Order: sequence, then C-alpha cells, then structure tokens
Amino acid sequence: MIWKVVRQIAKTGIRSEPAPDICADDAAQAARIQRELLDILGQALTIREVDAGSCNGCELEINALGNPYYNLEGLGIKFVASPRHADLLLVTGPVACNMETALRRTYEATPEPKLVVAVGDCACDGGIFGESYATCGRVSNVIPVDEVIPGCPPPPLDILRGILKAVRRRVR
Amino acid sequence: MRIPGLDLEFEALPAPVPIWHAQVTAEQWQTAATAVRDEGGRLLALWAGPIGDAQGSAGKAREPDCMCAAYVTLEGAFWLSLPLAPLPQIGRQLVYPDLATVFPAAGRMQRAAADLSGVHALGAADTRPWLNHGAWPADHYPLQQDPGKLPLMEATALIDYPFVRVEGDGVHEIAVGPVHAGIIEPGHFRFSIVGEKVLRLEQRLGYTHKGTEKRMTQLPPLQAGKLAGRVSGDSTVAYAWAYCMALESACQTTVPRRATWLRALMLERERIASHLADLGALGNDAAFAFGLAQFSRLREDWLRASKAVFGHRLMMDCIVPGGVTGDVNLDQRELLLHQCDVIEKEVRTLFNIYEAHAGLQDRFMTAGRVTPALASRLGLTGLAGRASSQTWDLRCDHDWLPYNFMDVAMATHHNGDVAARVLVRFDEVFESLRLIRRMLIEMPLGDVACELALPQHAARGAGWVEGWRGELFVALELAGSDQQNQIRRCHLHDPSWQNWPVLEHAIMGNIVPDFPLINKSFNLSYSGQDL
Repeated sequence: MIWKVVRQIAKTGIRSEPAPDICADDAAQAARIQRELLDILGQALTIREVDAGSCNGCELEINALGNPYYNLEGLGIKFVASPRHADLLLVTGPVACNMETALRRTYEATPEPKLVVAVGDCACDGGIFGESYATCGRVSNVIPVDEVIPGCPPPPLDILRGILKAVRRRVR
Repeated sequence: MRIPGLDLEFEALPAPVPIWHAQVTAEQWQTAATAVRDEGGRLLALWAGPIGDAQGSAGKAREPDCMCAAYVTLEGAFWLSLPLAPLPQIGRQLVYPDLATVFPAAGRMQRAAADLSGVHALGAADTRPWLNHGAWPADHYPLQQDPGKLPLMEATALIDYPFVRVEGDGVHEIAVGPVHAGIIEPGHFRFSIVGEKVLRLEQRLGYTHKGTEKRMTQLPPLQAGKLAGRVSGDSTVAYAWAYCMALESACQTTVPRRATWLRALMLERERIASHLADLGALGNDAAFAFGLAQFSRLREDWLRASKAVFGHRLMMDCIVPGGVTGDVNLDQRELLLHQCDVIEKEVRTLFNIYEAHAGLQDRFMTAGRVTPALASRLGLTGLAGRASSQTWDLRCDHDWLPYNFMDVAMATHHNGDVAARVLVRFDEVFESLRLIRRMLIEMPLGDVACELALPQHAARGAGWVEGWRGELFVALELAGSDQQNQIRRCHLHDPSWQNWPVLEHAIMGNIVPDFPLINKSFNLSYSGQDL
C-alpha cells in the first residue's frame, strides 16, 4: 500500500511554481516573500477566511491557493481556524445582513495587526447583488478594509498578490 | 392522465426535457402530492409565485397570486400552480394547504416562502422563520414589494432562534458557526451530544441570504443569467444552463444543436471539477493529506484547461441566453481530449490507492449512513440520493439532446454511507470523461448561438438540469412586452433544499469528529439554498 503512495508521490514530483511577481521591478521568489513576511511580521502570516455571503466561487479559488502549484504554506502563509489566531481576515461576498453581526464579531476577535482583505467583486463593491433588504453590499460598509481584490472570482494568483500587498502596505 | 386520480389539463412547456404545467384547486393540491408520493415520485421544488406585484395594480386584470410546487415522476416534471385568494392589502396573510406531512422536504421551503412572500402553510408543524434572521421586519415580505421601489430596511435585532433542546443525563450542546473553521460557507450547526456521540443535529441556515430572487426581478431577462450563474459558484454552469433553458422555453426558442452539445460539455467538465475537489477533500478529512494534494493538483490542471478553452476557470458566463459565448476549435479539442486521457490515468491510480487503503476505508465505511428507505422517505436527491439507491439521473431518465446519443450509465450504490458517496463520485468522474470524449468527437457542426426574441405576452418557462450535486430547477414567469418583459418571478431551486435535512439524520449515532467527513461527503450548498 505505502509503496503505491510513495510511487505516486515520486512520479508526481514537485509541481510548485515560482511565486508571483508582485511588483513591476522585482521578481519576487518564494524565499524572498518568506523573508519579507518574516521581516514585516516576525512570524508566518496567519489568515482567517470569512465568507460573509458569497456564492462560494471565491472560496473555490481561495481553496485552490492550497494546492501544490501555489504552495501557500511554503511561503509562510497559513489559514487558521479562529480569528483569534489570525493576522489577516480574508472576507468574501456582499455582506449578507444575516452575516453582518458575525463579521463584526469576527473582526473584534482578531488581534493586531487586524488586516482585512476583501476578495471578489461582491466584497469590493457589492457586485451583482448590490445593496438590498438582505445585503449591506461591500465589506468596507461593515468593517475597515486594507486591500481589495476584484474579480469574479479572482484567480488564485491575484488573491496571493492582494494578500502580500496588504501586508506590505499596512504593516511596514 | 399524468397524475393518477387527477383530471388536470396539462400544458407542455417547450423545453428540451419533459415539463408540464397545470393549475390546481386547494383540494387537488393535496391529492396531487399524495398521488405523486404513492407513485414513487418526488417533490422537486416548492415556492411562491409572483405575489401582489405592482404590475397588476395598473388597472388591468392580472394573474392571481399563486403558490407553486413541482413534482417529478417517471414521465417528467410537473409544475402545479395553486391560485390564492386575491390580496386585499399588502402584508395580509395568504394561506395554502401544508405539504410537509406528505413530503418532509417541503417544510423548509414553506418556511422560506413565508419569510419572503408572506404565504403560509396552513397547519404546518414548524413555522419558525427560516431565511429571515431579523435582518428585516417580520411583516415585510421582500418578494411582495415593487422591485423598483424596494425600501432599504433598518436591521432589527437578531432573532433568538428556538433550537430544539435534547434533555437527559449527560446531554450537552456544541454550537458551531456561522463562521466555520475551514474555508467554507457560513451556517450554524447545533449538536446535542452524549460523550462524543451525536444524538441530534439541528441546522440553521440562511446566513448567506442575499435577496437573489428579488434581485432577479430587477434585471432584464437577457442579463439575469449572469446572476443565475452566481446562485452557487460551484454549479455556475448548471445554473446558467437551467436559467437559459427556462428563458428559451418561455420564448419558445430552440437553441442550435452545437450550442446544446457545448453546454453539456461544460456541464460534464463542471461535474468532474467538483468531484476532483471533493475526492481530495474527503481523503483529507479522513487524515489522508496525500489525497488532497493529488486531487487538488488534478483539479488545478482541469481548471486551467477550462480557462484556456472557455476563458474562465469555473466557466462562469459562458452559457448565455440563445447559446454559448464561444466555440471549441480543433486545437482546443485536441487539448481537451488529451487531458481526458491524462486525468483518467491519474484518477485510476488514485482510485486504486483509495480502495486499497485500509485506514481510509475504515473511516469511509458505515459513516453517515442513509438507508435507501430513509432516503426515499425524506426525498434525498442527486449524487447523495444515487449513493442510497435513489436511481434518478436526468441525463438518463429522459430522451434529450445530447445525452440521448450516449447511453449515460447511472452511478448508484445501495450502502448510503460515505464510502458509497465516494464511489459514486469516482464512477461519475469516469463516466463524464467518457461523455466528454464522445461529445468532443461527435459534436455536430453549426452555430453556437441564436437570437432570442422575448415573447409579446406574459409567458412561463422552466429549466431542469442535472448538476453535479443533483437536479436544479428554474421556474420563470415573464411579463409581456407591454411591461418591458420584466421578470415577474424567477425561482432557482437547489437540490441542497432536499438534502440538508437528510444530513441531520445521517449524522445521528456517529461521533462528532466524523461530522466534517460526513458533511463533506454530501457537500451541500449554503448559498444555493439561502438565495
């Protein structure tokens, strides 16, 4: 049994791709991003994802960041199970009124630096759902937002770039 | 006679799959439900039609307010409308006979209709609000308002939801959510447990309710497909197709053959993408991280090819009213064919590993079991239903393009546990790969889209598609051209409505740590049922 697993792992090889270039004049590589995160935060970056009412499309792409190609954890970025363990909140969706309180409480439970990144068109500006009896629209209508990542849904690399941008801008 | 014991005038809707419509009286409403159940049929959807809409108040006779239900029998789908007494004033209660005693799945749909449209099931046992958590006043019915003049509501205090309490020695509760520990949608689960054993699970959903059905009525019909494709992001192709099918049926238009084949091609690709993600996640939830790493890699390859060929990783907005946005050229065809070979080989290897892995099978087998009898009584549908011997698959049940060309083999299992739902997913991946190959090779040449002329008069249309999770149903009522063909009502029904309540039964007697695994084996949509 274990040999089959090992053989498949060996056959697959390492599929991780170089980390994205996040600014025009600097081809940032994995080690660079890792070092940068360490310089800025002094630790790995921990993220709590909050779906505040999305259609689940953005979650699919955030989940994709965890696949071997993007090797998120290799960069020193980790999704955690509680806002109390998180440096950054990754929020998706137009904020459904039914989620407004939960989102506020999650934000309150997050310690400094308390970064917030809004992912997807709905989180940026309400998207196709807009504001209505049932939604508060964009995330910044409910909690302060450091960085927005447009797209419906934004591809994994855009999400990664947005996360790094938020860390650089606020914490440095 | 389409429904035994009832003499109803059915009107066939011009859709590629057999769908009929009829009006019923209150008495027939109940007789029909019982007759369908006794025949082995199922409740497909239940919703309130357009209620008290402003178009009618302009002095002209409008259609009466209706409560609607759709059933499935071996012959096809039946959409029944029950006219309700005219509304003397907005906000006054309208009632109809309860169906939850015949079809338990109707319960939550009825509660949602009460919250959104102010129609109430007479004699229903459970009348707690479902989608309204206190975000809007209890006497404000969003779907009764004029879509152009909808007031923004002051949020009221959150409702203290009366969960059912289990009492006894050593019983305690675990409350989970709405913000979950993983990267998933929000919902609340209340477990009543003894030690680590689950006595009862009660779900509370509706957190992602974002007024989708109201929003539909504010969009022009030709653009509303974009919103339909965002009811549940993992089923965007299925929803877009179901909505377009409904609109095309209201317009009495048949789309070009090649467009239909391309839609089916995308639907099968969406099925495989979802199954690859689930198979990986199921391995991971049973502590086999290797499975997640491998399957998520295959899924990424799959999505990248979708981006290369269809222009979007999830194929959002690729299906539009009248057809599809793009064609597949010869190079792209080769790319997709080649990918089928590569993926099939890899999935075959992983299948053998999953099958032979004793630790994994130990977690999968007997976990979260839904017996065929229970599945049938509660109306378990789609993939989860097929894993519990509910042998329905729209791709096999009816003679329609392009599936009638390829003898789709239905994947079923009788154990109804996590292992069965895993096996059905594997089988469906292999079958869809076969279908994709045949579609790519046999697809007829021709146009990929046609013009869609909106109807002069008020019209009704329906769409019905077998998405990866199960069957989606879209019921559309359009106004005539004198009212700019506004969407009077569009109900988008997700199979998760039927399957969420069954999950409450599947977890009983299992241990709490198995919940994530069992939940994932169903992988139900929150957004799709919260709307």
